[in-house]
Amino acid sequence: MVVNTIHWFRKGLRLHDNPSLKDSIRGSDTLRCIYILDPWFAGSSNVGINRWRFLLQCLEDLDASLRKLNSRLFVIRGQPTDVFPRLFKEWQINRLSYEYDSEPFGKERDAAIQKLANEAGVEVMVRISHTLYNLDKIIELNGNQPPLTYKRFQAVINRMDAVEMPAETITFEVLKNCVTPISEDHDEKFGVPSLEELGFETEGLTTAVWPGGETEALMRLERHLERKAWVANFERPRMNANSLLASPTGLSPYLRFGCLSCRLFYFKLTDLYRKVKKNHTPPLSLYGQLLWREFFYTTATNNPCFDKMDGNPICVQIPWDRNPEALAKWAEGRTGFPWIDAIMTQLRQEGWIHHLARHGVACFLTRGDLWISWEEGMKVFEELLLDADWSVNAGSWMWLSCSSFFQQFFHCYCPVGFGRRTDPNGDYIRRYLPILRGFPAKYIYDPWNAPEEVQKAAKCIIGVHYPKPMVNHAEASRINIERMKQIYQQLSCYRGLGMDASLLATVPANSNFGGNGTNPRTVSTATNEGPGGSSKDPSVQVGMSQTERAQSVQKRRHEETPLESSSKSWKQSK
Amino acid sequence: MKRMKGGEEGSDDSSCESPAEVCKKVRKQLSDDSEPEVAESLDCNWARLPQELLLHIFQYLPLLDRAYASQVCRGWNQAFHMPELWRCFEFELNQPASSYLKATHPDLIKQIIKRHSNHLQYVSFKVDSSTESAEAACDILSQLVNCSLKTLGLISTARPSFMEVPKSHFISALTVVFVNSKSLSSLKIDDTPVDDPSLKVLVANNSDTLKLLKMSSCPHVSPAGILCVADQCHGLRELALNYHLLSDELLLALSSEKHVHLEHLRIDVVSENPGQHFHTIKKSSWDAMMRHSPKFNLVMYFFLYEDEFGPFFNEEIPVTHLYFGRSVSKEVLGRVGLHCPRLVELVVCANGLRPLDEELIRIAKHCTQLSAIGLGECEVSCSAFVEFVKMCGRRLSQLSIMEEVLIPDHKYSLDEIHWEVSKHLGRVWFPDMMPTW
Repeated sequence: MVVNTIHWFRKGLRLHDNPSLKDSIRGSDTLRCIYILDPWFAGSSNVGINRWRFLLQCLEDLDASLRKLNSRLFVIRGQPTDVFPRLFKEWQINRLSYEYDSEPFGKERDAAIQKLANEAGVEVMVRISHTLYNLDKIIELNGNQPPLTYKRFQAVINRMDAVEMPAETITFEVLKNCVTPISEDHDEKFGVPSLEELGFETEGLTTAVWPGGETEALMRLERHLERKAWVANFERPRMNANSLLASPTGLSPYLRFGCLSCRLFYFKLTDLYRKVKKNHTPPLSLYGQLLWREFFYTTATNNPCFDKMDGNPICVQIPWDRNPEALAKWAEGRTGFPWIDAIMTQLRQEGWIHHLARHGVACFLTRGDLWISWEEGMKVFEELLLDADWSVNAGSWMWLSCSSFFQQFFHCYCPVGFGRRTDPNGDYIRRYLPILRGFPAKYIYDPWNAPEEVQKAAKCIIGVHYPKPMVNHAEASRINIERMKQIYQQLSCYRGLGMDASLLATVPANSNFGGNGTNPRTVSTATNEGPGGSSKDPSVQVGMSQTERAQSVQKRRHEETPLESSSKSWKQSK
Repeated sequence: MKRMKGGEEGSDDSSCESPAEVCKKVRKQLSDDSEPEVAESLDCNWARLPQELLLHIFQYLPLLDRAYASQVCRGWNQAFHMPELWRCFEFELNQPASSYLKATHPDLIKQIIKRHSNHLQYVSFKVDSSTESAEAACDILSQLVNCSLKTLGLISTARPSFMEVPKSHFISALTVVFVNSKSLSSLKIDDTPVDDPSLKVLVANNSDTLKLLKMSSCPHVSPAGILCVADQCHGLRELALNYHLLSDELLLALSSEKHVHLEHLRIDVVSENPGQHFHTIKKSSWDAMMRHSPKFNLVMYFFLYEDEFGPFFNEEIPVTHLYFGRSVSKEVLGRVGLHCPRLVELVVCANGLRPLDEELIRIAKHCTQLSAIGLGECEVSCSAFVEFVKMCGRRLSQLSIMEEVLIPDHKYSLDEIHWEVSKHLGRVWFPDMMPTW
């Protein structure tokens, strides 16, 4: 029987470590690698030009690599549920392969396609290769719940079996007799589209700072490892002014699109460490970047509401402000705070910002200054940030806005001080906000404090050439810390003795009001683990907006009792 | 109700009752206790459930469910309107344009004012950032003429929208409550345009009962205004205000013989403009407070520029909870170590890039009550940190240090430090982490 195979690229845009592709090739007579593109979305979807460009470059790169193997990439326009029945029939397909997608939307889409495949008698081969582990196993090992603290997650990971080795790269040897029927008009029908064809205005577009593709990814990996070996130090590097700029060894967008296999990266890191540190067992912190990614994927995989506050059982219901005007200023880099504006400008221009820069702008938007919902920030990142995928983006925003994962909320990034401490000279600001170039380092982070002469000399009058600061940071942070405290004090009502509570929230403020009777939408998460303390994972109560306090307390389950004896709770408010 | 026994003892009868049989038993019990006639049907007559039981059950239900239940029959409707169910209420006032959260239904609000305003005792208003919501809160307040409130809270959940309401409108609404309640025990009016005259009204009517007053960031109040409260309200146990209202006279008033022990004093020190000058409080005033209320918590939140700390921490001060919301210098932290023997909790948002080794160790040495510490953008060498934890030992129940704070040195790397620290704390400990993309 002739076996005609389709391999469906979604993420996993690579030929190395692609087990679903490799396994499906075995015994196949024909192979067509496809990518399904919904061009109608290019204009309206929340994906900016840098992301599209990166994707198209990945596809070009795949196509080039496949060409070397006498194959091609088939880019198909349309929706998967429409495309597949047609292709199954037209190409007489009896086998379909793709990399497992753990995200809820992906699982739903794939279930529908599986059904179509079954109906058409098509064998489906799915393999896990976008994450280090089988996420369901992690969840299982944690008592059928995703770990909700990173420490807990690390503890579970330590108990997992070793990460599977990357699969063999697809080469002529692997392909053997498998061929790809390529028509004359392949480019016309199935070629990778250009940005213009997708409706983007490309005039004035600068060269991509982050060029997409597997080839680029693998090159960067080598460079990244070289640099680590040279430094011979695997500690987290200290943050300095240079760290803010795009690095030629940065890997996050490539991991997100799957141009680089996370498993390959993992094993290469391990090998290098062993070589440099003479066979010591690598600590978990070595894989920090990969494990954070894994952590968020795990938390998100079974939660379709993960990217929302409403209806999300792990998200604290915070009364964020609706303020489209303020949001626009933040998104477009017009806040009047050079540190924030430079970061947002870099983000829009290049598609990547350092993770501490992300913390700064995320804090500013949410709990720090503007008190705007993290969902809004998440959407802006989704549009502009190359490495923002659904799970990691939503998870990180919840984390940074103290909406979940038991974060201490006292730590606030100052939009002036933080930048100044990172880059005292202000070169980063001058690079991305040329209008402020004339300001001396003393005033470049708070130009509104500069005397008139300085502003005149800099040829930039604050309020005219550059906006005045949109908030008074001291006032905003005072108010917001109080708001966060209000919220966390309500949460701490649910905590028993002996649990670590939030700093600041334990200071007494008696509530002899009940919230009885109204829409009790203020709290949906009751937890019994505090942040920064024990390694126990809290049992998270599924939050329902109408849950009354009494009910919640009764339903709360304790996973384990804490090691330490009850800490003095000076929260008692009698 | 008969309790179900477990299966281990082998007795099966207890676990085999059908629901109908259980109902019969309940009914019989009820009929024995309450009414003589018993309807001999297999259906339970829920309508005959005594009002006290209904009340108890209704108290577990959220308002919406309770409201549905009240539509079932007259008896349940009556129970729904029992005064006990209307003692506490939280009005949530949000506009769709400024909030994601739902608001309390306007019809419900009308109902409450009409039928239950004289039952209300513990009331709070949660408003979003729109002026409309704050004005709506004031409108409701103005109508609470028959209320004898014990507790009132005006809470802005986002921007302080009460400040946008015309002052006179706000004051007149608030005064309605002050004058009518006469038994206010707890009042939260932070971020509102309350002023000295309205405080006088508060005092004139509620001085015997007032125990808690939170009024941080009320710019229209003067030190004299708050002094009036301290002088007259001798039961005041908790007070929150801004530093500009704090005076030696105030502390002395709070320490007068007639005054109860103060439990909690919260002070916000906020800088409006860089280089702002702050007055000092005499040590003798703090000493008087300590003599009078030896156990009181002094909570101070600082939102100052680094160079505005001149007036602070030069002498001993009985502060227990200290929060630095902006960058605070090494030097000031050094002074904290010397002059804050009662310190229980210390949170430092940011310091800068010079290690706080000595300062932390000094704090460990002199602040023997310290049990909670949080460090944000600071730097501490790993060795000094371990030393700090060793000196504090197990009294540190909360140790929240951002991972970036700890600087590895020749003695400890980041991976080793958490074992050392865990050892001294007697529990597993890790620094706080932030996701790295």
